Amino acid sequence: MSGVWILIGVLFVVTVAFKAVGPLLLGQRTLAPRAASVISLLAPALLTSLILSQTFNAPSTGLQVDARLVGFVVAGVALARRLPIVAVIVLAAGATALTRLVAG
Amino acid sequence: MQGESSVRAGLRRGAPLVLPTLALGVSFGVTARPVIGVAAPITMSVLVFSGGAQFAALSVLSAGGGLVSATVAAVLMNARWLPMSFALAPSLTGRPGKRALEAQAIVDASFAMAGRGDGTFDRGLLIGATLPQASAWITGTIAGVFASGLLHNPDALGLDAVFPAFYLALLAEEIRARTEPHELRTVGTVIALATAITLGLMLFSAPGLPTIAASSAALAGLRTWGSR
Repeated sequence: MSGVWILIGVLFVVTVAFKAVGPLLLGQRTLAPRAASVISLLAPALLTSLILSQTFNAPSTGLQVDARLVGFVVAGVALARRLPIVAVIVLAAGATALTRLVAG
Repeated sequence: MQGESSVRAGLRRGAPLVLPTLALGVSFGVTARPVIGVAAPITMSVLVFSGGAQFAALSVLSAGGGLVSATVAAVLMNARWLPMSFALAPSLTGRPGKRALEAQAIVDASFAMAGRGDGTFDRGLLIGATLPQASAWITGTIAGVFASGLLHNPDALGLDAVFPAFYLALLAEEIRARTEPHELRTVGTVIALATAITLGLMLFSAPGLPTIAASSAALAGLRTWGSR
């Protein structure tokens, strides 16, 4: 099991490096307007991708549609009705759990 | 002090994530214990603090995959923090060591919340929003490891729907913050591109890669900036 500790060590060092490399290489240079425009769009791009990959990922590769889709749709409806974030989260988890319970 | 109040604002905005993160931490601890024991999952949550990477590594290991592929899967999941690190850099002040340390507060939700929409970031809000998530993730992992026998199937509670729902809420905020028609068109283009790239790559590539590739959808900002 000592291999797991190597995994943890490598993952720790690489993760710290990923987060530190921007400030260390770029310093405090001010952003060109073009760069600022791209950077402000990074969050919507990444959020979109995270939502889709966490809703449809399959055990290996490929897409899998299951109870998570129900949670995703319920979250969308709750957001369209401007419910608070906590309510959106609870409803999505509840709907997913309920679907699994019913679908057995 | 302005910095202090924005840390407090971050704590407030990170608060809705405490219970869901705690629950996910529990589910990680429960799932990890039979595969890698007691100390390893807790150490991992303290040092790595990344649900995506930790679950990726765990799922490779429990499927009987090797350590190398588990490490690669986890590293790929966290590589999305590389572009975020470059995006955040100009918004940090002080000496390089201090900036590199503050950048460790990058996690997806805090990064999205700390963005001011003009390419700059609120450093205090980023740190404030990450603190409750980190505490909840670590506490949850410890609870899960020791309560491993009590909760057999965390997915039965729908916990895996929590983060997509939260990210969807953040995405809705991103859209609502853009009021000009050309801004809305651009963000719509970015979302459409990110969707196509993610779903397309998910068909055949390893987890993590589709999201890194999808970050390139933000380059749509170049075109609209030029046309303004």
